Amino acid sequence: MAKKQTPIGTEFMKGLWDQNPVLKALLGLCPTLAVTTSAMNGVGMGVATTFVLVCASLLISLVRKAIPTQVRIASFIVVIATFVTIVDLEMKALFPAMSKSLGAFIPLIVVNCLILGRQEAFASKNNPFRSIVDAVGMGLGFTLTLTVLGAVRELLGNRTMFGFQVLPDAFEPWIVMILPAGAFLTLGFMLGAVNTITHRREQAAIATRRAASLTVKEA
Amino acid sequence: MADESSVVDGAKKGVALKAVSEGNLELVTSPHSHFGWTTSRIMWTVTIALLPSLGAGIFYFGPLALVPVIGAIVGAVGCEWVVGRINKKADTVPDGSAFLTGLLLGLILPPGFSPLHAVLGGVVAVGLGKAVFGGLGDNIFNPALVGRAFLQASFPAGMTDWSTAVTRVDAVSQATPLGLFKFGEPSQFLGDITTSKLLLGNVGGCIGETSSLAIIVGAAILLVTRVAHWRIMGSMLLGGVVFSGAFSLLGVGPGPLFDILSGGFLFGAVFMATDYVTSPNTTRGQYVFGAGIALLTILIRRFGGLPEGVMYSILLMNAAVPLINRVTRPRIFGATS
Repeated sequence: MAKKQTPIGTEFMKGLWDQNPVLKALLGLCPTLAVTTSAMNGVGMGVATTFVLVCASLLISLVRKAIPTQVRIASFIVVIATFVTIVDLEMKALFPAMSKSLGAFIPLIVVNCLILGRQEAFASKNNPFRSIVDAVGMGLGFTLTLTVLGAVRELLGNRTMFGFQVLPDAFEPWIVMILPAGAFLTLGFMLGAVNTITHRREQAAIATRRAASLTVKEA
Repeated sequence: MADESSVVDGAKKGVALKAVSEGNLELVTSPHSHFGWTTSRIMWTVTIALLPSLGAGIFYFGPLALVPVIGAIVGAVGCEWVVGRINKKADTVPDGSAFLTGLLLGLILPPGFSPLHAVLGGVVAVGLGKAVFGGLGDNIFNPALVGRAFLQASFPAGMTDWSTAVTRVDAVSQATPLGLFKFGEPSQFLGDITTSKLLLGNVGGCIGETSSLAIIVGAAILLVTRVAHWRIMGSMLLGGVVFSGAFSLLGVGPGPLFDILSGGFLFGAVFMATDYVTSPNTTRGQYVFGAGIALLTILIRRFGGLPEGVMYSILLMNAAVPLINRVTRPRIFGATS
């Protein structure tokens, strides 16, 4: 490759914050909003998606030079669908309760834009090792976001956290939080917080740069 | 360092900026002459117009009905103050808009509502209904109704519990007229609810909406002081008469008088739909807006799952306001086609 490669650590960390699939790229919002009624559901959905993402990224990057450009999307989908079927059947066998509560959203991982997006943007252009690191980082970012989202909704909407009651009985649950509206509200607040932090960092960086350039001019 | 350079830049731009910085020249944007009406004067006028409804609520449901009202006001004003501190902007609490939002929200809560939940409702009303959009004037939905919709979705049991601690010894549990109509026995419904009762207010319901007479007094105050125009109120009432009448002619529903006097129809028409920020700017748009609310309300009452639909109707029409403004934009004088 002609251009300089980003360090592998950055490639991993970008999925957690700088290019977080949900909070920055706003990809895969359908499962994000639909299944995060509890923290455990968030973990389950996140892990299932991460598995598919990692496996698909590995396979796609291995065969990336053999896939004709014209049919690449269809090829990606076939590969993704294969792994989704594996996850679906495995979950039905190993975690029937989780599989039931996630319902149709496990098969729907096939059409999660996050996975297709990573194949198109990364795995089809990078070697298998880098693709796996990228996929694990992205999957982890997705899982963490869904877990936090699910935890907030579960805490306020059901008084519990990972199934254990943490708020007293005197706290009357806000039923709206486990309804779809609660998903939008919580995600909105999370996006607002992330944007605020990003904005402050950018402002600080600009201020530092300006101060530096002023010093240079004076010198 | 940055300050020094900006002063240097300013001096380069000319004398005017220097004069401004020395305080010799005051720069004010237009309008330079106005009517003397301020935001706070309008807000407190509406507050006064709401006092008859509050009084009627206390009269019929007992002094404890004040508790959720105070809770909602505390939540709304507290949230406004905190948001102001976070944004480091001028204190917007004294303009009275947050107080009014809290009072409006309190008046559309059941009389026995938990005060803590009322505080939460006030916080949601100002925080989610107004502050996240950028404050007063930028909100899409009526803040008080956003607060109520949140409470309705969060605490459906508390929001439909119409029992009140009227006397010292026991609590009176009663259904709302609309609830009776939808879920009760028709004979009981016809026997219990008379038009005079609906007019005076001795029926179950939210604190502020029980007495139609008190709301009419409030409407008179708003119209005489010209704080609100009759267009939205009038078109909503007329719409109520027309649509309810049409359905009752077809044999569905109890007829216009009952529909207008019961539930939140009058309260919504007078105090909620007339909110400047969340209603259309154009004359024709205001007629459309009021009639639209009336139509949706009657449809929800007749065919929806809930007995009452004024809140959702107003919120839905709030969402349609930008569209209504666009479609009903007045023709520019002299323009062709």
